[in-house]
Amino acid sequence: MRRDIFQAIADPTRRAILVLIAVQAMTPNAIAAHFDITRQSISKHLRILSECDLLSQKQEGREIFYELKIDKMEEIDIWLDQFRKIMKEKFQCLDQVLFTIKNKKK
Amino acid sequence: MNLLFDFVVDKATNTIHITREFAADLDLVWDAFTKAEILDQWTAPKPWRAQTKELDFREGGRWLYTMISPENVSQGWSLVEFIRIQPKSSFSTRNTFSDENGNYITDAFSLVNNTFKAGSETTTVYIEKKFDKLSTLEMIVSMGYQEGLAMGMANLDELLLTLVTNK
Repeated sequence: MRRDIFQAIADPTRRAILVLIAVQAMTPNAIAAHFDITRQSISKHLRILSECDLLSQKQEGREIFYELKIDKMEEIDIWLDQFRKIMKEKFQCLDQVLFTIKNKKK
Repeated sequence: MNLLFDFVVDKATNTIHITREFAADLDLVWDAFTKAEILDQWTAPKPWRAQTKELDFREGGRWLYTMISPENVSQGWSLVEFIRIQPKSSFSTRNTFSDENGNYITDAFSLVNNTFKAGSETTTVYIEKKFDKLSTLEMIVSMGYQEGLAMGMANLDELLLTLVTNK
């Protein structure tokens, strides 16, 4: 069954799982350790994310690792755009900080 | 005042070039990039805030800081190691992610060079951010995510939304 992607990201726990595995591939146990909910509900969330085609699995020994499945090149472009936006906002914040410090000195 | 902001990506060399002009003199802009009490005021995008645990601004010294969420939760630690410092002119750093004690948690890093040029009424900062040249594209991306993570979860939520809806 292929689910609607918005269903996957509507849930805060599933969004948090995506953020976690975006950084590195993780086992279900390692993911569960970040949440104060049962291992069973983590499995349920992972199943829903898998059904949305957002997860890929790789087997290492006895362990199964989950990672975020997205096109790498597209990911880089989107990340760069995001990074540009973040830097722009940070510097605008610094403009205000500098303005405040200058006024205090006067 | 219209302040210059330029952001250029050179994918061939894994380098990002940023140029930004600030309406303050060199002394103040230098302090804003090197002193914890000012860095903490602007390093995190709102509504997050940065909190410095330690900053030892000298060659071989380091800056260890975290991002605090609006719910007062620390979300990962960033480690900036100072490599070379030419006072009021430039400094270079190696940036990575660590635990709260400054122990590396990843092999991924970037090298950053910040150069300061005083103008008549403004100061211009040139930032060159180069990712490990031996890195694979995947590593840059995974680092990118971590950086996104460290720089603001609100933005990351938005990023994930963009990624998954573009599929």
